[in-house]
Amino acid sequence: MSSRYELRFSGAGGQGLITAGIILAEAAAIVEGQYAVQSQSYGPEARGGASKSEVIISNDPIDYPKATNVDACLALTQEAADKYAIGIKPGGMLLIDSDFVKREPKGDFKTIKFPIISTAKNEVGREIVANVVALGAMVALTGIVSRAAGEQAVIARVPEAFIELNKKAYNTGYEKVKSLIA
Amino acid sequence: MAKKVALLQGNEACALGALYAGCSFFGGYPITPSTEVAEVMSKELPKTGGKFIQMEDEIAAMASILGASLTGAKVLTATSGPGISLKQELIGYACIAEIPCVIVNVMRGGPSTGMPTGPSQSDVMQAKWGTHGDHPAIALVPASCQEIFSETVRAFNLAEIYRMPVQILLDEINGHMRERIEFPEPGELEVIDRQQPTVSPADYKPFDDSQGDIPPLASFGSEYRYHVTGLNKAADGFPTAKPELVDAEERRQLRKIEANRADIEKNEEYLTDDAEFIVVAYGTISRSARYAVDVLRKEGIKAGLFRPITLWPFPEARMAELANQVKAIVVPEMNLGQMILEVERVTRRVCPVEGIGRVDGEPITPAQIVAKVKEVL
Repeated sequence: MSSRYELRFSGAGGQGLITAGIILAEAAAIVEGQYAVQSQSYGPEARGGASKSEVIISNDPIDYPKATNVDACLALTQEAADKYAIGIKPGGMLLIDSDFVKREPKGDFKTIKFPIISTAKNEVGREIVANVVALGAMVALTGIVSRAAGEQAVIARVPEAFIELNKKAYNTGYEKVKSLIA
Repeated sequence: MAKKVALLQGNEACALGALYAGCSFFGGYPITPSTEVAEVMSKELPKTGGKFIQMEDEIAAMASILGASLTGAKVLTATSGPGISLKQELIGYACIAEIPCVIVNVMRGGPSTGMPTGPSQSDVMQAKWGTHGDHPAIALVPASCQEIFSETVRAFNLAEIYRMPVQILLDEINGHMRERIEFPEPGELEVIDRQQPTVSPADYKPFDDSQGDIPPLASFGSEYRYHVTGLNKAADGFPTAKPELVDAEERRQLRKIEANRADIEKNEEYLTDDAEFIVVAYGTISRSARYAVDVLRKEGIKAGLFRPITLWPFPEARMAELANQVKAIVVPEMNLGQMILEVERVTRRVCPVEGIGRVDGEPITPAQIVAKVKEVL
């Protein structure tokens, strides 16, 4: 339990949050050789509905595979923020999309915000990579894996034609948060 | 050389474990939360010369694996609650005709259509008593993705050794969660193949117990010819209603398990040596229990975990032994009290046995287990 670190990616079904969680778990477990468990819960609908993906990362084997006290949470929609920010532990962190989460959840945690989806659309060029922008942002926010390990896991996951787009998305998200928390 | 590693879902690990064991036939009908088992088999089996068939429903899927197994193939099907209910009649057929097969049930909320994306452990009694009649049962309940891989290999071995169906019980959580897996090299895990008859085809009887309780099963399509039926049968495979033959047959089938418990049973114990309180948990919930045991130990409470990896046959002897040593037993499970009945039965309630049941589609948390142990202190 010593180094157990819990991350939650939440939003709507179809936003690629499970993929973001998988890539982070791969960065931790495959690239860096830490222990990681990725799990998810979602409704039976393929799109829409509140969706969450959780990643537990530790230096020791992980027993309970779900989050108990969330260290860092991402919320891309108001519904997800309302539903899933509750589990953030005192002193934890919440990253929200400032265009979509207008009513900020209140609690004993630090909130960081920027327009994640709009950044993907306007700065990276494709809305579909918003999940990878968010992943880069979460890596910058938590430092739970190195910037390079996260990028390596992104490259390993995406088809070759989309590597540059996803690298740009990852690094844009990373830089955004670095400048916000500097 | 470094081993090959990957981040895999439990369901994917199960399929790859089946391939490692030499599975060459999958007949199935997709159902959440088991579908990834079928997906991986559909991609990988053709590469190894095996066959994947998506049947018209779960009943036909079960029938297809029995037919394939009788030709000598190692076979697999995967399903969830509604599908496992449909398969029960043919699971009974596999029991009485003694056809090796492996059935994966990724448990979800029920009864009926229930909660397709919610985890559950409410089919554990069905794994023993789901089909009618007295019959042997083996069910394995792995907890991690690595263990799902290795226990799937063991499930195939047990099916082939004991000539019977073996069930692997997963749930929506450990079926879908992803963990790092190190792939064992070929030969690293034991793989057991089906025993072949040594008598001539003319002398072969498919249920001849003169050489032991597990008669060798010849392959359909070979020079060995025999009869298979769901009726009680004599040594030659043809139906009989002679009381002494039927009785001997039924008892022999149960003896396959009872006489071989040492080979089939498998448990893990964590901090049980000096434990005053024991949590008995399996599958995903054993992971909550282990976390809870660590929390309790930090607070100075001597807690331990007893984790059956083989759930059926139930580890009676060891469970009874532990009950004599402790002040109380706590049994958390994602149902409203199933395995706890076995715990109560085999421990004869020499100490209090308290259950935690949960059926709302959420896992039992470490905090719930910690609270329950403190309650019984």
